[in-house]
Amino acid sequence: MIEFDHVHKAFGNHVVIEDLSLRVEDGEFFVLVGPSGSGKSTLLRTVNRLTHIDRGQVRVHGKDVATQPIEALRRGIGYAIQSVGLFPHRTVAENIAAVPHLLRWPQKQIDERVAELMALLKLDEPGMADRYPDTLSGGQAQRVGVARALAARPKIVLMDEPFGALDPLTRESLQASVKAIQKETGTTILFVTHDMDEAFRLGDRVALMLDGRLAQVGTPLELIRSPADERVNEFVGGTRAYLRELAVRCVRDSMRRDESADGDAIAPGATLQEALGLMLEKRRDRLAVAGGGAILLADIVARPR
Amino acid sequence: MTAMAQPSRASALLHERGRLPVVVLGAVGLFASLAMAFLHVAPNRLLSGHPASPHIALLAAAWLVTVAAGFWRGGALFALLLTLGLPFLAGHDAARLLQHAPPTTRIQLGAGFWTLWLAAALLLLDRLRHLRIAWRVAAWLFIVAACVAGAMAGAFSDLGLVREWQAQRGAFTDALATHVTLSLVTLGIALAAGAPLGYLAWRKRRAGGAVLGVLAFLQTVPSLALFALLIGPFAWLARAWPALGALGFGGTGAAPAVFALVLYALLPVVRYTVAGLDAVPADAREAARGLGMTRGQVLLGIQLPLGWPVLLAGLRIVAVQTIGLAAVAALIGAGGMGRFVFLGIGQGATDMVLLGTLAIIVLALAADLLFQGLMAFTGRRA
Repeated sequence: MIEFDHVHKAFGNHVVIEDLSLRVEDGEFFVLVGPSGSGKSTLLRTVNRLTHIDRGQVRVHGKDVATQPIEALRRGIGYAIQSVGLFPHRTVAENIAAVPHLLRWPQKQIDERVAELMALLKLDEPGMADRYPDTLSGGQAQRVGVARALAARPKIVLMDEPFGALDPLTRESLQASVKAIQKETGTTILFVTHDMDEAFRLGDRVALMLDGRLAQVGTPLELIRSPADERVNEFVGGTRAYLRELAVRCVRDSMRRDESADGDAIAPGATLQEALGLMLEKRRDRLAVAGGGAILLADIVARPR
Repeated sequence: MTAMAQPSRASALLHERGRLPVVVLGAVGLFASLAMAFLHVAPNRLLSGHPASPHIALLAAAWLVTVAAGFWRGGALFALLLTLGLPFLAGHDAARLLQHAPPTTRIQLGAGFWTLWLAAALLLLDRLRHLRIAWRVAAWLFIVAACVAGAMAGAFSDLGLVREWQAQRGAFTDALATHVTLSLVTLGIALAAGAPLGYLAWRKRRAGGAVLGVLAFLQTVPSLALFALLIGPFAWLARAWPALGALGFGGTGAAPAVFALVLYALLPVVRYTVAGLDAVPADAREAARGLGMTRGQVLLGIQLPLGWPVLLAGLRIVAVQTIGLAAVAALIGAGGMGRFVFLGIGQGATDMVLLGTLAIIVLALAADLLFQGLMAFTGRRA
């Protein structure tokens, strides 16, 4: 659990975070989204004290971070950044083992954990463990960066635009990996991005941050359907928001169980966006759903129940 | 058509496959063979003698063959033979010239010899450029080994330079030891003081600018003047604290010499420490802090290994600079190879000056090679 309690931060005369309060629950995938300069990265960095706040309090598991020994605090919190920041003179395995090494885990335990993470993040190419960062692709490097953040099984992981520099395909694959790992381990993730689609795809809850303040906090659907004001509406995308909504909603929730259709079936866990894409590809207005039932174009267009 | 093609063909002859150095060195070497004295025959070690070039035709021919070979594949081999052959030829000629001469006669190496030898070595360096590092090292090692073997067999013992060394062997060894000690102590102190100073300068940019400014100013003080300026304060220190005087502290001697040398060495050490720290990727440092490394762990585990190659490159420059500057330290009684240079100048004994100078050059080259070896050994992974 991360709590921001009336946090205030200014660089000189420029206020970056203004009297901000927020609570991130245990096991939640929480996304801070906003344009550059909105203060979202600064807010994230107050949690592991890379940024010191002027007023207010940041609490992790109920304890004020300012009172904790700084290295112990940071070793207990995973941290991944956009530029990855792998140590160029250390191998992939050594990079991943950084925090367990600092925590003086036994070597055998470290080796096991590294192997486990490399499998989990699809870094299982032969010889990968002994490669150096400059031989990795951007996607591979960021996978190592994420593995390094997760290595010591932290309860909380901070991610600062980790996928911002990746190509769309690599980004989607990494988003899926991280989301799956988060669901499985119940890790609390505080994730910063400027990409609305990424925020809605990943976040259990999303906070839109504008000029150092929280414009709105809620689930992706809440932000899309009932934006708090015009600026939120603008950021969520206006009419394009409804296209975004399709990426958040599931076939399972909109399908008809008592109907059927011909042709290839779509998985019930697929998004409505994928269903619409498939309809357009096949030039049909009705698709079979795997395991029985069908989904119609009308169901996608209809206001959700 | 042909008139236009003419100049381009001439320039192609020069530029194709890096032939320009061959042409330039060829001209220099030919001039040195024909017009400059290969050796000097002097009646004794203090007087200057008359030029003697017993093998003008042979030298010119050998040089022409070597340069011609430089245009084709055998260039490296011929340059190697010439670089190796010149000192042996000089030694041989010296023995012949001394045969019917009075015993005080000295055979000095002339400008022709030095120019030719330098040109041959440069040609070899140029011709070896395209070969693998192992071949290059092997070629130079072969030359050094052959010269050492020749020296042990007495091939050069009739040259004035070698006679001078034989006459002063004890003093030479002492001076060499002093020179090396002065340089090592300076390097040690400069590193111990400069590296932390560099770290501070890197962390606090503004203060760092001031530190670098002061050190850069010190660098502009001529070395001779600095040594002289230090005599007063150090003499005063020794008088004020007799305990320091008992330790060999005084206006002259090793203490002020090392102090001055350290002052000169500090600027490059500090500057390269800053450059080394700058060479560490900022994101790696940021990640290291974010993952919970202490400042010390970041310094030893991230910044030192990543900045090490730059720092080592700086130390290489400092070492060579210090070995050269330490020669001046002889003027305030610190000893070292500079003693030979200044005594030789005072007496007009060219060979003595040369002996000291060559020793300093060889020391500097050795230090340079040592650091290059270290850099190659620690490699890019550090």
